Amino acid sequence: MAFLEINNASKTYATGRARTEVLADINLEINEGEFVAIVGYSGAGKSTLINLISGLVKTDTGSVLLEGKPVTGPGPDRGIIFQNYSLLPWLSVFENIALAVDQVFSSWPEAKRHEHIEKYIAMVKLTPARDKKPHELSGGMRQRVSVARTLAMNPRILLMDEPFGALDALTRGTLQQETLQIWEADKKTVVLITNDPDEAILMADRVIPLTAGPRATLGPSIPITLPRPRNRAELNENYDFKQIRAEVIDYLLKATNRNRHKTTQSLILPDIEPEDISRGNYIGPKRRPIRRSEIKQETVETT
Amino acid sequence: MSAYLEISRLSKSYPTPRGPAVIVKDFDLKVKKGEFVSIIGHSGCGKSTVLMMVAGLSSTTEGGIILAGKELDGPGPDRGIVFQSPSLLPWLTALENVMIGIDQVFFTASKEDRLLIAEYYLTVVGLGDSMNKKPSELSQGMRQRVGIARAFALKPKMLLLDEPFGMLDSLTRYELQQVLVDLWRKNQITALMVTHDVDEAIFLSDRIVCMTNGPAAEVGEIIEVKFPHPRNRKAIMEHPDYYKLREQLISFLEHRSHLRPSSPPPATTPTALLQAAS
Repeated sequence: MAFLEINNASKTYATGRARTEVLADINLEINEGEFVAIVGYSGAGKSTLINLISGLVKTDTGSVLLEGKPVTGPGPDRGIIFQNYSLLPWLSVFENIALAVDQVFSSWPEAKRHEHIEKYIAMVKLTPARDKKPHELSGGMRQRVSVARTLAMNPRILLMDEPFGALDALTRGTLQQETLQIWEADKKTVVLITNDPDEAILMADRVIPLTAGPRATLGPSIPITLPRPRNRAELNENYDFKQIRAEVIDYLLKATNRNRHKTTQSLILPDIEPEDISRGNYIGPKRRPIRRSEIKQETVETT
Repeated sequence: MSAYLEISRLSKSYPTPRGPAVIVKDFDLKVKKGEFVSIIGHSGCGKSTVLMMVAGLSSTTEGGIILAGKELDGPGPDRGIVFQSPSLLPWLTALENVMIGIDQVFFTASKEDRLLIAEYYLTVVGLGDSMNKKPSELSQGMRQRVGIARAFALKPKMLLLDEPFGMLDSLTRYELQQVLVDLWRKNQITALMVTHDVDEAIFLSDRIVCMTNGPAAEVGEIIEVKFPHPRNRKAIMEHPDYYKLREQLISFLEHRSHLRPSSPPPATTPTALLQAAS
């Protein structure tokens, strides 16, 4: 039995009469200690999928099982890292993390909890900023707090929903490497949701494409056999990396095209030249545009 | 062969109490007709400033720009611009947004012809079913498609693209790059694009101009991309030269962008984790 199992799950959102079937036929098995990345377009239903696992959203059909037990609601055994950090603005770095730790480890003496919190602040290299409020931190630092808060709860599984999407390329790269280093230390089970194939390949053991919605579903998983620890600069020269990268991107681009039906349409483009309007308003007799040829008729394929 | 776009000794500086702040210095570039050239560099190096000077939206301090034999002075519809954010008027539909420019430059044409032009380009970029939607009803990627249709519809002599896909997710970006390159090929238009995405630059361009870091940024290296058109992304990515080019560009951004072109070859610097490619 797999550590995390999703069987035939589907989810439909309805407002009024409009129904959108976001996810359909979702089947997924993740083993303990595995790092799985799910890659898909914006709006494909990636966040809905992670919400199903976290228990924030219930499935319409099918089931989600964590260690054999059905998921019925959110719980501290599944730690989530959101794209928008979700920190409480009036609490310091320490207090934001304490909020989670005090809940989950309420039976511990205070000194032990404090020590635990400090350990995780140090892990994400924020010790000098422990008393700062979120608004005093950069985007990258805020996401570090969020990572520390989630890890400090010692969840069974880590769910990351586009964790680095809001960061600039430079900070994103740094945080990807740091997250990997932390992960290498205790190899927690991770589900990473991302729209960046490069991020997925760099970080995961297995990449699973999510086809474009509506009725998005998971494609075949692509094992990432690259040796760890991985380094982006070295990967650039790795033959397997290039193959995998081409395969993942190609699959994702094809998957969307399959989902859309192609129509052939006949269009007319008048073959006329623009007027030179740089000399101000044209005053004079009414005239026709310069026409290079008779109307061109063209057949185009649109999706 | 004479150049279609010629940028010579282009400089931009702002006066400050402590003397002029030089953003761009002696930027020289010649672009052939029908060529696709990208300018790549770090954030803030002044690459957008160069593009905006070509667009006529930013004044030049020194130097000149000649397009199709005429010196440029101020903005005009002969240069179509695609901005990073699509900059659509929110109270107009996609079609009406495209029509604004068409009504200006094709004012001698009949109403039917003008409408046909707008409908043609919106359909070609994949918005045939969404022409009458307002920007608020369109996704970010669809809005950018309107921006591309709007630029091409004016039949400009030159296309200027300022990080056109910077706000999109990676997969939508791939799709729109394809839309752009198809239209570019069909219209045989000269294009100048600013980007910091290495993969994007390689996929689209014939030549990539690497800019040194500001202040006083200038042309560092020019890299030719010799893959034939039409390009297939999968084929290019499997081509052995692809990762060589990628490596060359990334290492320029990491190690050499702070050097002046006249400087001696770089000593190896400690690798900063620069992920310009992502």
